[in-house]
Formats: sequence, C-alpha cells, structure tokens
Amino acid sequence: MQKEYLMGNEAIAMGAIAAGVNVAAGYPGTPSTEVLETIAKRRTGDIYVEWSVNEKAALELGAGAAYSGARVLVTMKQVGLNVAADPLMSLEYIGVKGGLVILVADDPGPISSQTEQDTRTFAAFSKVPCFDPSSVQEAYEMVQEAFAYSEKYHTPVFLRPTTRVCHGYAAVDVKGPGEYEAHCPDGFVRDTKRWVIFPRLSYQNHLKIEERNVQIADDFSSYHRNKIVEAKEAKKGVVTSGVSFTYVAETLKEIENVRLFKVGTPFPFPEKMAVEFLTGLDEVLCIEELDPVLEREMLRICGKYHLPVKICGKLSYHVKQAGENTRLSVKQNIYEFLGMQITMQNILEDAPNLPVRPPVLCAGCPHRASFYAVKQAMKGKKSVFCGDIGCYTLGNAMPLDMVDTCLCMGAGINIAQGIGKVEPDTACFAFVGDSTFFASAITGIVNAVYNQANLTVVILDNSTTAMTGHQPHPGTGRTMMGEIVQKVNIEAVLRGIGLEVVETVNPFELDKAVQCVKETAVRPGVKAIIFKSPCIAVTRPNQALYVKEDACIHCKKCIHELGCPAILLKDGQVNIDTSLCTGCGLCGQVCPVHSITGGDQNE
Amino acid sequence: MNKNIILCGVGGQGTVLASKLISSVAMEKGLLVMSAETIGMSQRGGSVFSHIRIGEGIQTPMIGEGEADIIIAFEPGEAVRMLPYLKADGQMIVSAKEVMPVMATLTGSDYHGREMLDYLASKVTNLVVADTEDACQKIGTTKALNVFLLGVAVFSGSLGITEDELKEMIRKKVPEKFHELNFKALDCAKDYRKKEEM
Repeated sequence: MQKEYLMGNEAIAMGAIAAGVNVAAGYPGTPSTEVLETIAKRRTGDIYVEWSVNEKAALELGAGAAYSGARVLVTMKQVGLNVAADPLMSLEYIGVKGGLVILVADDPGPISSQTEQDTRTFAAFSKVPCFDPSSVQEAYEMVQEAFAYSEKYHTPVFLRPTTRVCHGYAAVDVKGPGEYEAHCPDGFVRDTKRWVIFPRLSYQNHLKIEERNVQIADDFSSYHRNKIVEAKEAKKGVVTSGVSFTYVAETLKEIENVRLFKVGTPFPFPEKMAVEFLTGLDEVLCIEELDPVLEREMLRICGKYHLPVKICGKLSYHVKQAGENTRLSVKQNIYEFLGMQITMQNILEDAPNLPVRPPVLCAGCPHRASFYAVKQAMKGKKSVFCGDIGCYTLGNAMPLDMVDTCLCMGAGINIAQGIGKVEPDTACFAFVGDSTFFASAITGIVNAVYNQANLTVVILDNSTTAMTGHQPHPGTGRTMMGEIVQKVNIEAVLRGIGLEVVETVNPFELDKAVQCVKETAVRPGVKAIIFKSPCIAVTRPNQALYVKEDACIHCKKCIHELGCPAILLKDGQVNIDTSLCTGCGLCGQVCPVHSITGGDQNE
Repeated sequence: MNKNIILCGVGGQGTVLASKLISSVAMEKGLLVMSAETIGMSQRGGSVFSHIRIGEGIQTPMIGEGEADIIIAFEPGEAVRMLPYLKADGQMIVSAKEVMPVMATLTGSDYHGREMLDYLASKVTNLVVADTEDACQKIGTTKALNVFLLGVAVFSGSLGITEDELKEMIRKKVPEKFHELNFKALDCAKDYRKKEEM
C-alpha cells in the first residue's frame, strides 16, 4: 500500500487497474472523462483502452470482451447511458463471464449535463446491481469489489459516482503494482444457448434474474459498504447514500441520538439491513440527490413489514426535489427534521451586484467565426439554427445568439428536418461538432437524405473533442493508445451518404465563409458546409491584435457583434487584452475602418 | 493543523494548479488532505473555486458556510461571492484587479473591482488586498498570478506552508522552464508583504 493524491476519477481508474482490468472503453463526458484517460496514462501490461465513437459502441465492445472472460470497464456520463441503453437492457438478460463494471457518472445540479437523471433508478429498471461510492477512497476500493460481484453473479454492474466524488481529491491508499490482481481471459466459448438472445431465453433468464437479485439483496445486507451507525435511545434516523453521506456525517458530528443508515448499494436494496435500521424508530429522513430512490425503498419496506415509521424526504416535501445537496442544505434538512433551531443569515444582503459570468466561447474560438459567418449570410432571411452538444452550444449566448434548439447528442440534424417539414419556407441549419458528428450525427444525416429533407448541415470541425478536454476521435487520426491511424474523412463520409454539395471553408476567412453560406443555403436537398479550423486551446496562437487608437471611430461594432472575451472597453476606448487574444483576426475583419491590426504568426 | 482553504476566481486564472500545490505540500507533510474543484463548462470564463481541507476527521472536501480559515480570491467580485464561506475571524487575500465579464462589456453595464474591495473592507477584519497588476508587471506576465497570490498567503503566515516547501513543490509539479518565473513571483510576493508590514 502507498498513498497517492488522486481525483475520484483517477482513483476509480487505479482501482480498476489493481483489479486486473483487461479492456476499458468509453465516450468522454463530464464528469466521467478522467477515468479512461487515467487508465490510458497509468496502464500496465497489456490493458487495451479506447475512446469509442459513442457509449453504445463502448458497451457492445465491453460485452464482447466480457463474454470472452476479460475484466472490462466501460465509462460514460449519465446521459451517455441513454445511448448505451439498448445493449444494456439486453445484456442484463444474457449476462457476462468476465467482470463488467459500467461506470456511469451522475451530475446533480446539473453542473454540466442536460438532465438530472439518476442511474440508481436506471439500475432498478434494467435490473443491474448498482454501487454508489461516497468518497474517493471508497470509490477506489468499491470498483475492485464491483468486479468480484460482477463475476460472482455473472451480471454487469454499475459503479455510479456523482460529480463531487468524481472531481474530489483525496490522499488514497493504493496498491503498488506488485499487489495488482492478474486476470487472464480464457477466450470466447461458443454456446448459442447462452449468447444468443431469443424470446424463450429472455423469459427463462428473467425468472433467474429476479431470483438472483433477491439473493444479491441478501448478500448486500452483509456487505460492509452498507452500514448502520447506532446511536443511544434513537427514535429518529437518517438514511443516505453517495456523497450526501459525507455531508450527513459532518452534520451529525455534533448531534446525538440519531441512527444512521449509509447505503452503498441502492440496487438491489439491502432489505434485511433496512429492516434492522427501521426497527424501533419513529421517523426517518432520507437525504439523497436526484430521485427519491432510498425513500421509495423505505416506504416499500415499511409497507411490506408493517413498520410504523414516518418516512420523510423528497416525496414528503421535506427535502428539495431537484438540484445538488450542499453541506448547508443537508444541515438545514437535518436540523428541521430534529426540530432544532438553525440561524440563517444572508451575509451578502447588502453586497453590490455581483458580476454574472456565464461560460463563453474562448477568445480566438473558430466557432465564433463560423456562427458569425452564418448569421451574416442569413441576415433578414427566415432561418432556424439547430444546435447540438459541445462547446458550440455556447453559440447561444448574446451577441451571437445562434442556437435556437439543443436537445441531445446529434439531435440537431433531424430537429432541423422536422422544423423544415412544418415550415417549408424556413432555411434550416443544423450545427454539429466533429466528435458529435462521429458519435451520433451520421445516421441522422442518412435519414435526412433518404427522406428528401431540405437543410444545411454545418460541421464545426475543430479537430478535437474540445468541451471534455481534447480527446482524439476518428477524424483526428490518433487513438487513445497513441497509435497513428487512418483518419476518417468527414467530407468523404458525407459524399458517401450521397450529399452532392459539401463545401469546406476556413471560418476565419470571413468574406469567403459568408459567401459560401449564402450560395450553399439556397441549394435544394441536404447540403453541408465544413468549417475547418483547429481548437484554439490546442493550437499555437498568433501574436495579439491591437487597436490603432487614432483610427478607431468608437462604433464598438467589434464588441457588440462578436462578444469576444479579449475585447474590452477601457476608459471608453476599445482595448484588446493581450493575455487573452490569440490573434485570430476576426474582429479586424469586422471593424468597418480597419483599425484593428496585428495578429502575425508567432515564430 | 486543521485548515479549510478556498481558492476562487475566473476560469483560466490558474486556481487549479494553486490548489494542487497547496494540497501536495500538505500531503508531503503527512497531513490528511481532501480537495474539490470546478471542472467542466465553467472553465470557459465562468466562476470557479477550489475547496481544500487539511487535518483529521474530514469526511468531505466541501467546506460549509462560515468554515473557511482562508480565502484566496483571484478576483474581487469572486471574493465577495465566496464571502459567506469565510469564518468570522478568517483571512481573505484578494487580487485587486477585476476581470471584466463579457456580459458587462456588451451591455455597457458597470462593474468596478473598487466597489467590491470597499464592500470586503467593510465586512472582513483580516483582509489583504494585493496589487496584482503591479506585481504581474514586475514578473513580466499574468501567468504567474496564481503563484504570486499563493506567495502572499505564505508570507502572511496563515497558510501553514513555508516558502521552501512551496518552492520544492513547484520544482516537482511545474515544468522546469516555468520554475524561474514562479520563483520570481514568490520573490515579488515576499517584497510585497514586507512593504505592507512596514
């Protein structure tokens, strides 16, 4: 054992490596991304690791490897599980041979996600056992235990941390390489009765799964990640799980007479232990984030065993229904539950107005130029701009204001198609990034072409997966393991689908870009513009631009049209922050009197 | 030593590295440490924070309201935002230079760091306002703002970390070509604190 200061996601990766993981795959998504990156960085022996094109591909690869006896980790964020839901639901009926841990990171708040869905609920729906770590150290140990349970019961299992566990850091006791488990897969053994899903097999396996999950619930009642902390003469209790457990524990340091039940496996629920916890109590408060999973289990168990305990939580409106728990919110909930006074004062009551800082596109971001070109080209024409998931969702902010819809990965294409069916006189645009293109836009484009849609697909190709921290994808010609491979060419893919108009333009050549959009948008059918310019965060910037003060006419067009964080007003004069400016030159092209100059290439 | 430390600022100012340096020093000293930071969308110019907790019996890296011993704020408005977390007798170290939000420039609305600093002065007894604009000019870059502010905290004595410990960690955690720059930032912080105390 040795101590290492690790992020939760790094700890999960190190735990998986210690457990002898053979294959790891996933798709980037905050807050899950660093798990796979750490496996790639710290892998020993012949661990195979890949960024798959999407979560469905990752889980299917994981299933194949686990059928062949490998220990497999598949990683994603919670909305990624929706993409992987199809293989997941069936895989539970088939089961696995080698251990398969599906790491799904939930995001209460949500801090950087589209939904506040709860993977614990997904666990019950898909019948897949679920482990819910409360801390970085526990996540490290739990992933190893999860592999063992997966193999013991031949089922995939979830490990479901939330953002604060994923992105929390702690000094973790980790195994040294000499202590790592070695796991040698014995290969795929042909057995059509086992690996081929058919209605009859599904029926038989459904019966087995239900029986097995009762056994697992029993097993979990003696699993040390579930525990009751007894208190003297307790009439009230608190049940909690995940990171909320740590907030509850901090609050209960100063309080006596409260029995605590920490749940590490929300599904199958450790029923026997729950009965032991509930027995003798009058009231129980459920502290959890997202869905009232624990609360529903408590109500169910009270009903089943006729226990006269009042259950409080989200369903009873004692705890807020949505958003993240905080140290303060949990303290308030517990104090109210116990009838204790809590003094709350709003310290900032008399504070001056605080600056509002929504996230914005970086200075020099090529997406700003792309959005601006389309905006200029379509000025005064009836148009709709469907966005998608990535940095470019930030194109919705003023003054660009160029994202009219955003739903989920790849959805923009067919949303544009749908709007076009109802409003044939609207010019429909769908903006999609390069990584999202490969993840889930291709089938949408095939659908649009096949069904004779009229729309312009705008591919914002910055040669990386920027939002999640610059992961490679099929268009980059690099894999996660560092191999140089043939690039999948976006233009060739589009032409292969049958698009006749595919234009590739550098968005920073503004006039050309605007002209290209004008000409392309009026063509019939599905056509594409590829705006190609690399993400500024991974490119060498040019020298900063500067404003020739004597030439500037103070019209502030650069500020009002672009919203670039590097352009500021200093004592009424437009000023460029040289520490932020990357010399992209867009503002220079927007300036009506050419007063912005510079931006030469750095040596 | 039990300490709760908050770093806050605007995405891109280098709070994450500063947080890593503090936690690593504490860990080298054999202390228990936990920390947490904003990662994701807010890194694009949004408000960011790091919580660091050092000492026995910590369950979570998240610091509760009124529990922070020190707040190191890289921006005056962000300092005010984090004020509810400061202990009554806690220390606030704040960079005097404001970072203009894009929204303020766009809408032409007013945002003045001065107003934030005045407010802080009326609320915080142990307040250190650092003239970071001047310091960054002396250092020759804004990139070492994080280490300069860490230095100010170190030389204020409240961080429980010595200059040598911090230097040693910079050598370990920062690429070599930036060492001199960061040491210069530390020297600047030292001069600055000396002047303040005179």
